[in-house]
Amino acid sequence: MRYLILCAIFLLTACNKSGPDMQVILADKPAPTLADYGFFKDVSANIPAKRVQAYDLVNPLFTDYADKHRFVFIPQGKSAQYHAVDALEFPVGTVLVKTFGYAPDMRTPMVDAYKVETRLLIHKKDGWIAAPYVWNKEQTEANYAPIGARLQIQTIAPDGKNLDFTYGVPNANQCKTCHQSGHDVLPIGPKVRNLNHNGQLDLWYEKGLIRGLSVDLPTTTVPPAQDISFPLNARARAYLDINCAHCHKPDGSASNSGLMLEWGETDRTRIGINKHPTAAGRGSGGLLTVITPGNPDTSIMVHRMQSVEPGIAMPELGRTLAHKEGVALIREWIAEMPVKDN
Amino acid sequence: MMKRILLAGAASFLLASCGWYDDIPQETTVHTVELAEGEGFAGRLQAALITAEPNTTIIMPEGTYMFSDGLSLDVQGVTLRGAGEDKTFLDFAGQQGAGEGLLVTSEGVTLRDFTIRDTAGDGIKSKGADNITYRDLTVEWSGEPSEDSGAYGVYPVESSNVLVDGVTVRGASDAGIYVGQSTQIIVRNSLAEYNVAGIEIENSTYADVYENTARHNAGGVLIFDLPNLPIMGGHSTRVFNNAITNNNTRNFAPPGNIVATVPSGTGVLIMANENVHVFGNSFADNRTVQIAISAYPEAFDDESYNPLPRNIVVQGNAYSGGGDDPQGLLAVLAAGLGGQLPALVWDGVTSWDGHDATDINLAINEPENVGFVSLGLGSYPLDPAKIHPSMERPAGTAMAEPEPIVLAHDFKAED
Repeated sequence: MRYLILCAIFLLTACNKSGPDMQVILADKPAPTLADYGFFKDVSANIPAKRVQAYDLVNPLFTDYADKHRFVFIPQGKSAQYHAVDALEFPVGTVLVKTFGYAPDMRTPMVDAYKVETRLLIHKKDGWIAAPYVWNKEQTEANYAPIGARLQIQTIAPDGKNLDFTYGVPNANQCKTCHQSGHDVLPIGPKVRNLNHNGQLDLWYEKGLIRGLSVDLPTTTVPPAQDISFPLNARARAYLDINCAHCHKPDGSASNSGLMLEWGETDRTRIGINKHPTAAGRGSGGLLTVITPGNPDTSIMVHRMQSVEPGIAMPELGRTLAHKEGVALIREWIAEMPVKDN
Repeated sequence: MMKRILLAGAASFLLASCGWYDDIPQETTVHTVELAEGEGFAGRLQAALITAEPNTTIIMPEGTYMFSDGLSLDVQGVTLRGAGEDKTFLDFAGQQGAGEGLLVTSEGVTLRDFTIRDTAGDGIKSKGADNITYRDLTVEWSGEPSEDSGAYGVYPVESSNVLVDGVTVRGASDAGIYVGQSTQIIVRNSLAEYNVAGIEIENSTYADVYENTARHNAGGVLIFDLPNLPIMGGHSTRVFNNAITNNNTRNFAPPGNIVATVPSGTGVLIMANENVHVFGNSFADNRTVQIAISAYPEAFDDESYNPLPRNIVVQGNAYSGGGDDPQGLLAVLAAGLGGQLPALVWDGVTSWDGHDATDINLAINEPENVGFVSLGLGSYPLDPAKIHPSMERPAGTAMAEPEPIVLAHDFKAED
């Protein structure tokens, strides 16, 4: 009996480790399974371990209507440095954990929800690396999938429409394509302007996850793109910021296009207004300008956002479906854009 | 299977320990990964490209392999090699994602001895990938030239030290061989046919384009500089000893792209670029014009951009036929010249939007029997009423030729 109790205590402590395993996180190669890192207390990755903090963004990147759950792990005794514009500067050993899932009906995403993949962005000693993990059918294990995967998904979209499509899990290189910043790989989502809502930054501050934050510092926040109580221009720019600017920025993967869609960009041509395409090829759809003020139907931006054809569709990676609501927002923004400066 | 061949390891240890050579790389092991044909080739190739150690040679066997996704490579010094461009075929007809067939983002990569065909977007793109070699490979779109084909065949961009040697590109709806926003470039011994543009050097500096064949494109060789791009001010390009013939395929580029404005039947078009030397080429039967020199014709909003061609030298080329059936805008302009154009046409634009006219220094050192016309447009936007044609050659002074481009990673096939 005494022996059994000892065993039980041992098992309990084994399950209740003090959080993620730094050796696994900083190892040369990604671990074979998600569970190896110890980010979660349960095999289905629902209950975060110690120091693994759930968070969300004002605006998410559109990924085929997938439901996303984000967590950040920052090593004990360390914190992320505040940046007004760029992503927070996270210490070595930080891991961003993002799980993508669906439910049979995305109008009720919590009912019979299941996970398809978990993407890790791990800050190794010499920079960030990306590692995708694909969940098994039983939802008990997510396995490292460096070459990505294609998965058949059937669900009902938030607007009630039936969806049956091939979901693409990006491979490790494709992760890097979007996360590229010059020669570095960097996080995209966790920027102050996209984290600063619902008291989230205050919570991070209280928990010691962020430093350099003070009331004196500018904390611009982007508006929720679909909340019509905010100005249209700001909502459209916020949408482009999170969905396009990871590549369409001066040191991003699409820099050579000259189309720059970051939140802070002010040059009209660089945003695409009356700008000719550079390397669009058939992506131009025979249209002459990226944005034609007043006319979404002659704007290449709209054409490429609503296309699902590879070679035309933008973003090039990470989506199979068109984002109906996003397209509607950009259409409205372009339609209402003053024509005067043409 | 993986063979590890320890080559220079011992030698470098000796050299390093003697202190002869401080820069010797620590990693001098050469790895070779040979992929077997058969089941799951696409996944195994992508896995090899992701997990390769630096300086690995990945060898693809003979055969035709289907891909549903774009490939990508981000490991330094990797050589991706097939059994020959007529033996190893990577077929992307069923591509479901990504903007190109193969994307390279690492330095010192060599791609050779295979064919990529029918990609949904571009064929092979290399971005920020210095010291790259494209050698003895083919990128093509099957069937008749079509708007639905991908834009660029080989597409190095934002890179230094680009070598394109022995490459064939067929059917691109923009440029077959396109080098953009790059510097120190060699394109040689290559064949571009049935593309909209055969070879295009855009917003780039120090390029040598030689001993290529550009035929049956809408435009043979284009040397461009465009506004509103991160890298502008293209200059110092030499185009020599090329065969530029029969570039009379219809222009099938989707409108909106700058090449869609190039008239079918153009041999060479120099637009808004500086210090460009065209010599020793053989031009034949380009139905609109053999060599056109033009300013950027569109409106633009970019203070730092100069839309004029400057310091252009044309000399010692051979010309035959051509100019007998001008197309596109030049058909309109040729109407006043009896419907035909001489071998050499300059738009005669010397100023733009509030700028004074300048001498663009156009030097034409060709025998008197080589025809020349300046359209005398003065400035854009284009207004046919402004045409003042003149056969008188501008008295330009030939700039000294740029030094030949020498690339450290350039060597002739080693086997």
